[in-house]
Amino acid sequence: MRIFDPHIHMTSRTTDDYEAMHAAGVRAVVEPAFWLGQPRTSPASFLDYFDSLLGWEPFRAAQYGIAHHCTIALNPKEANDPRCVPVLDELPRYLVKDQVVAVGEIGYDSMTPAEDTALAAQLQLAADHELPALVHTPHRDKLAGLRRTLDAVRESALPVDRVLVDHLNETTVKEAKDSGCWLGFSVYPDTKMDEERMVAVLRAYGPEKVLVNSAADWGRSDPLKTRRVGEALLRAGFDDDDVDRVLWRNPVAFYGLSGRLSLDVSAAEATHEGNSILRGGE
Amino acid sequence: MNHPNRTQDGRPGPHAQDTRPGRGAPAALTALHARLDSRLRPDARAWFDRALGEAADHPGTHGPISTWELRIAEAGRRCGPEHSDDARVLLLYAARADPDALTRVYRQGTAAERLAVLHVLPHLVDGPDALPLVEDALRTNDTRLLAAAVGPYAARHLPAHHWRHAVLKCLFTGVPVDEVADLARRARADTELARMLADYADERTAAGRPVPDDLYRVLALTEPTATPTGTSRGPGASGAAGTSGKES
Repeated sequence: MRIFDPHIHMTSRTTDDYEAMHAAGVRAVVEPAFWLGQPRTSPASFLDYFDSLLGWEPFRAAQYGIAHHCTIALNPKEANDPRCVPVLDELPRYLVKDQVVAVGEIGYDSMTPAEDTALAAQLQLAADHELPALVHTPHRDKLAGLRRTLDAVRESALPVDRVLVDHLNETTVKEAKDSGCWLGFSVYPDTKMDEERMVAVLRAYGPEKVLVNSAADWGRSDPLKTRRVGEALLRAGFDDDDVDRVLWRNPVAFYGLSGRLSLDVSAAEATHEGNSILRGGE
Repeated sequence: MNHPNRTQDGRPGPHAQDTRPGRGAPAALTALHARLDSRLRPDARAWFDRALGEAADHPGTHGPISTWELRIAEAGRRCGPEHSDDARVLLLYAARADPDALTRVYRQGTAAERLAVLHVLPHLVDGPDALPLVEDALRTNDTRLLAAAVGPYAARHLPAHHWRHAVLKCLFTGVPVDEVADLARRARADTELARMLADYADERTAAGRPVPDDLYRVLALTEPTATPTGTSRGPGASGAAGTSGKES
């Protein structure tokens, strides 16, 4: 089973996770820029984080035979802090980088005017840079949040078929699907979706444009949830081709819209021989 | 910028020579360009020829960055990841990037872009002005950056103390010491390096861990009479050398 986790925050994970993910079949990940649990207080803090997503993290991933790409954005939560907002001016020089395959995570957290402004500005940046967009849907007031998100997308220069709306569930999947967006589902141990509910959603709505991710981060989460969903689908009677479509071909197709997806990590593996997470006497 | 003399199908036109490293360029870069030219697909070669022209001419800006720096950033997806480093090195050279420009490209660059900056340093910077970039790379744990940092520019300019630590860091992180440019010349008669190597061998042995073969290779090269093909091996050869002379 080959797996592409289209949304996982590897910065927060250990090398043990990378090892376990590779053993489970994960060969590619996309790491969306998001908040770090501890709020940032300046654009400089974002820049170091973005640099890490374009430098150290793909290097770490390559040690385990996993291709690493990222999405870059000012996240919805921190779009509300005026100390952070100036990072928007720095985004264009990141959005030209080879490994950046979308603008994201953008979207709504508390649905404030500041979030409206940041979302609209970043949908425009995605259109300007010929990138798709990864749009987070809010945890609170989710259906209203989805509707407002879809309105913002329709008002933007970005076509809906270049937008992935993420963290969907039973209450939001139908309207999201009807909109023509790509459909993302995050499978968590306690919140968001679980494996069996994911099976039911795929039964009801089919695998077209559906992506499943672990969204694993610094909170309670599990980087192997993608694999667990694949197993649950097979148990439920879906075939290997369905599983491959959801767990590999759909994410490849969506992020491939950037023209920047490069899934061959063999060169990096050959060069580095898995020797580099040694600490170098630091 | 327009290049009317370049053919539409992407093959180098009659003026393609204008953008080659060409006159006065180091032989290594001329060879690099010839090799890249022969390997790029036609569409990638057309893009690259245009980008070389833009790098030489420094035309305008693209949003917050200059057009030629944008070409550096996108070289991977235009030329293919396997050719991106060669392409970026040649673009930096065509732009005649000075230490300020190299520093900007490095600081704003992905790891892959930083690699290209490190690789082009010996061809573009005569003095030690770009050493802070080498030192930055040596502080990372990214073996690609470490290997690029210990190239010919570091061999020429890196002060002894930093150079010794760079060699030791290669041993720690598994970067083959073959990556260290001019290793034999700089190691010869370096009693302080010999001491550091011997101490590291002792530390490994005390921990019950194997001593890397490369350590003995470098240790042999620290002898005053060592040659690049020196065959002296084993911890006994010069392990007692240089117990003083610690540098700041």
